[in-house]
Amino acid sequence: MTYVRNRSTARLVAISALPLAAALALTGCSNGGADEGETGAESSAVTIVVHDSFIDGEAFGAAAKAATGYDVEVMTAGDGGELTNKLVLTQGAPIADAFFGVDNTFASRIIDGDVAAPVDASILPQGALELANAVNPDGAGGDSVPLVPVDMGATCINIDTAWFAEQGVAEPETFEDLTDEQYRDLTVLLDPTASSTGASFMIATVAAFGEDGFADYWKQLDENGARIVQGWSDAYYGEFTGASDSGTRPIVLSYSSSPAFTVNEDGTASTTRALLDTCSTQVEYAGVLEGAANPEGAQAVIEYLLSSEFQQSIPDEMYMYPVDESAELPAAWAEFAPLPAEGQTHDLSSSEVQAGLQDWLRTLGDTVGL
Amino acid sequence: MRASDRRLPRALAWGAAAAIPALFVGVFFLWPVLALIATGFTSDGRLDLAGIPEVLGLERSWRVLGNTLAQASLATALSIALGIPAAFVLYKLKFRGRSFLRGLLTVPFVLPTVVVGVAFTALFGPGGSLHVLGLDRSLLVVVLALAFFNVTVVARTVGGYWSQLDSRQAQAARMLGAGPVRAFLAITLPALGPAIASAGALVFLFCATSFGVVLILGGREFANIETEIYRLTVQFLDLRSAAVLSLVQFAIVALALLASSLLRKKHERAYGMRHEERTARQGDAPVLIVFGATLIFLHVLPIAALVWRSLQGVKGTGVTFANYVALVDPPESSPLRGTVFDAIGLSLWIACLATLIAVVFGMMVVLVVSRKPRSRLLQRSISLYDSAIMLPLGISAVTLGFGLLLTMHRRLGIGFDLRTSIVLIPIAQALIALPLVVRTLLPVLRGIDTRTREAAMMLGATPARVLATIDFPLLGRTAGLALGFAFAVSLGEFGATAFLVRPDAQTLPVVIATLVGNPEPASYGAALAASVVLGVLSAGIMLGAERLRPAGISTGSW
Amino acid sequence: MSVQSGLVVSDVSVEYTNGIPVVRDASLEVVRGEVVALLGPSGCGKSTLLRAIAGLEPLATGSVSWSGEDLAGVPPHRRGFGLVFQDGQLFVHKSVAENIAYGLRVQRTPRDERQARVSELLELVGLAGYGSRSVQELSGGERQRVALARALAPKPRLLLLDEPLSALDRELRDRLADDLAVLLRSTHTTAMLVTHDEGEATTIADRVVRMRSGRLEP
Repeated sequence: MTYVRNRSTARLVAISALPLAAALALTGCSNGGADEGETGAESSAVTIVVHDSFIDGEAFGAAAKAATGYDVEVMTAGDGGELTNKLVLTQGAPIADAFFGVDNTFASRIIDGDVAAPVDASILPQGALELANAVNPDGAGGDSVPLVPVDMGATCINIDTAWFAEQGVAEPETFEDLTDEQYRDLTVLLDPTASSTGASFMIATVAAFGEDGFADYWKQLDENGARIVQGWSDAYYGEFTGASDSGTRPIVLSYSSSPAFTVNEDGTASTTRALLDTCSTQVEYAGVLEGAANPEGAQAVIEYLLSSEFQQSIPDEMYMYPVDESAELPAAWAEFAPLPAEGQTHDLSSSEVQAGLQDWLRTLGDTVGL
Repeated sequence: MRASDRRLPRALAWGAAAAIPALFVGVFFLWPVLALIATGFTSDGRLDLAGIPEVLGLERSWRVLGNTLAQASLATALSIALGIPAAFVLYKLKFRGRSFLRGLLTVPFVLPTVVVGVAFTALFGPGGSLHVLGLDRSLLVVVLALAFFNVTVVARTVGGYWSQLDSRQAQAARMLGAGPVRAFLAITLPALGPAIASAGALVFLFCATSFGVVLILGGREFANIETEIYRLTVQFLDLRSAAVLSLVQFAIVALALLASSLLRKKHERAYGMRHEERTARQGDAPVLIVFGATLIFLHVLPIAALVWRSLQGVKGTGVTFANYVALVDPPESSPLRGTVFDAIGLSLWIACLATLIAVVFGMMVVLVVSRKPRSRLLQRSISLYDSAIMLPLGISAVTLGFGLLLTMHRRLGIGFDLRTSIVLIPIAQALIALPLVVRTLLPVLRGIDTRTREAAMMLGATPARVLATIDFPLLGRTAGLALGFAFAVSLGEFGATAFLVRPDAQTLPVVIATLVGNPEPASYGAALAASVVLGVLSAGIMLGAERLRPAGISTGSW
Repeated sequence: MSVQSGLVVSDVSVEYTNGIPVVRDASLEVVRGEVVALLGPSGCGKSTLLRAIAGLEPLATGSVSWSGEDLAGVPPHRRGFGLVFQDGQLFVHKSVAENIAYGLRVQRTPRDERQARVSELLELVGLAGYGSRSVQELSGGERQRVALARALAPKPRLLLLDEPLSALDRELRDRLADDLAVLLRSTHTTAMLVTHDEGEATTIADRVVRMRSGRLEP
């Protein structure tokens, strides 16, 4: 009987060890990332952590290896805001060597949190230095920058031009137009607390109407029947007449690039248009993480992000505009989806945004009852 | 002397059985969560509790708390109201196809929240067939969606209990002239009370911590504590406010668990041999109608809407399989990495691991928790242990995800960074599945009469032999169901997975979320199609698991 | 009566976990081959005393010994006693034959011997041919017969019967009481029966000991 007991106990121990063994086995085949840099000798592995909208990591890894010689592994960490916060939270014990996907809204969090290590400014392509210096606390003129701009875009109000032609209503052009009686119940916006695109639009209204005036503007939007939904796809594919059979509203918050996707079959016209006077700029940055196991590798990967090969692929892969001014845009983009001109956009500095964002959202909550 | 010889290894074995799962939950759940909350209450290395009055002073905090309690109470009430007729039909009436229907009704519970959110939007949202009702973004839709998940929890718990209930009392009341309604209200309902209350507490817990559904269907207006913690943590990194709300959530969860455990104790009892069933008769018509309506309007309609919308192409193309084709042969612009089969493969593989962890640890927990020691102190410890294992059900996935980031750096003497390892995903999923496994298996062991074990002992069986020949075989009968639950839950788990740092490989729920948010015109349709695929997978697994259970054993209540 | 040759219970007290005594200073003897009934109203502590003898309840004071050996520290499964519960407590996941064979398997009785013993017992309790049935198909009386056969199978040195017939209806109870009396004699089983039924006690037992409020009556 003692024999029986021991056998059962042994079985219990064996069973309990099983999941641990399985977990370790799995680690065996997936272990990698930043650590090999420390465990191996001079390492050829680099990890880059990116936001959800990045391109296929495997394809990127292959292309980046061909260009840099490093084994590049890609990790995803949520949208731009979530990525930023995870990087700030793990400051000092970085989860990767490099990062990409922090935009100008969140840039100052990275800077203030000492998350990014300086990168040699000489790698920046034409036109990118200015964007880099816009978020550089040391200002222009230094040899290095903390954040490297990779791509950019603009959030703008889009309209269904076909709908307006059909109804014989004049197309709106400005922020103020959206509060006009003739556009009552025609607008769909995004909840700035739930969507970064929505937040971007709110920041544009703060830039345009001031901290004291933007809430009033939102109140007028609300009174004029603007609908505020949670996610971009709910708005664009659910409510917008220009993209969905079931849509009921011809004015929607989207991107300056959106009209490139509503081009007719022969490519001669787009049925939608971005209102370039209602835009705010979004710039997405990359950088090397402070304390990275392989800083040289990280910089090499960032250089690859700025290479003409990668810059050229940005519009098709990530729906953004390359920062390299010499990169060529796809025909539909060049024709129907131009970026707003410099100075035409309603922007705030990253530090202004970080200082005010939570208060603005709270104010909107009180005025519009979001 | 011989006795003490034996006592020590036995105590060690029980100690290990209790300690190993506790260590797992402690290291991968309690530590990360507490570490993140502690960060919120520290500033410049000192304890800073100023956040508490600050957050509790905000009108918004109270609105969020109010929303949470209102949604959870209403959804619980609705789930109970619709769950009782379902329990009657599925557990008291005998008819062909009953076990299939029982299995079918389990499916909603394991459907991924992303899928259900998309399904209800497809029905009530713009362009949906019920959009005319104007219920889009209303409290009612949120409550309906929560009930969609939880009617089955009530039906199972109450049904399992009801089928063991002696109906002679109710029959006696009928003989004395009470109508069926009166007999039900006066005799049967009070008798079912403990089961209803225990199911209610559990449903309340599920609803109060619901994330995906509330986020997708409720938006900011109906934000609950869970979505608010998400917003504060993920959007603002306002760990201070998030920590305060986490404590409030802890309190709600603790109360619900306490209520659930108190009420459960009353109704977990030895399984009788009594098993009363009958065929339907004319008087059952009202109940059958309520059940049928629940099934059709609450369960079938949203799913049908989802399937229908998944068959619609890009603007103006009519009915097409294009969305499904895009999953198998994704266009170049699709954010889908590889094909949907890669995602399914990865999801299955991770779910297998999560299931293995959850079921093995769950069995150990159940063996420990089902003991009834003489010592009061041990009894209390066991009941506390039981509740602690349930905690992952009630704590925000965001808090867990960010907490893991904060704590899993090369600790535990492992030579690699667990934070960025794919291993963390099955671990996080196992944490969510573990409480469900425990709740599925525990009633079986608790239902074994202590004297059955004593009978074996008197026939010469050692305690280990009793475990091997009594506890384990009886457990095995429900293990299939627990396995199915754990597997389906891990397969559809989105919250915790989404907040980890993931290697660039997509599980099916992550694929859906990515597709939903992608600007490419065909992506939304592909997301709907992927939702249908995930729903079919989960449903198939649940129906299969339900079949593994031998007929006539009505265990697996909650 | 030889004190050396059977069960000796001396000055046994049993308490609930809250310290309230259930059995006080009970002393009794059962010699080999004897059938003793412990008779008393429900709640008088007789079942608790039986469980204490089985080793399922800890003693507050006193001792239980068999053939001169003190059983303190000998766990229930090593005492070699059999126990039949009021409601049988059959193993629902095993067949009739598997239930009866349980104790034999534990003793590692060879397969042939085991099968023979199971058939013999089925015959003895009047259930020949029931071996492969599920215990869930049995009637109440049949279940108690199986429980009895199961307890007898390993040839216990003492059989403890805890209200074995009280869950059955009157007619069946009388018939089974007669059967039980015959069966215990024919197998020369030493037994202790707990019951609240005077008639049952006198039918089955050689000797009746009365118990009231936790004390044995002299």
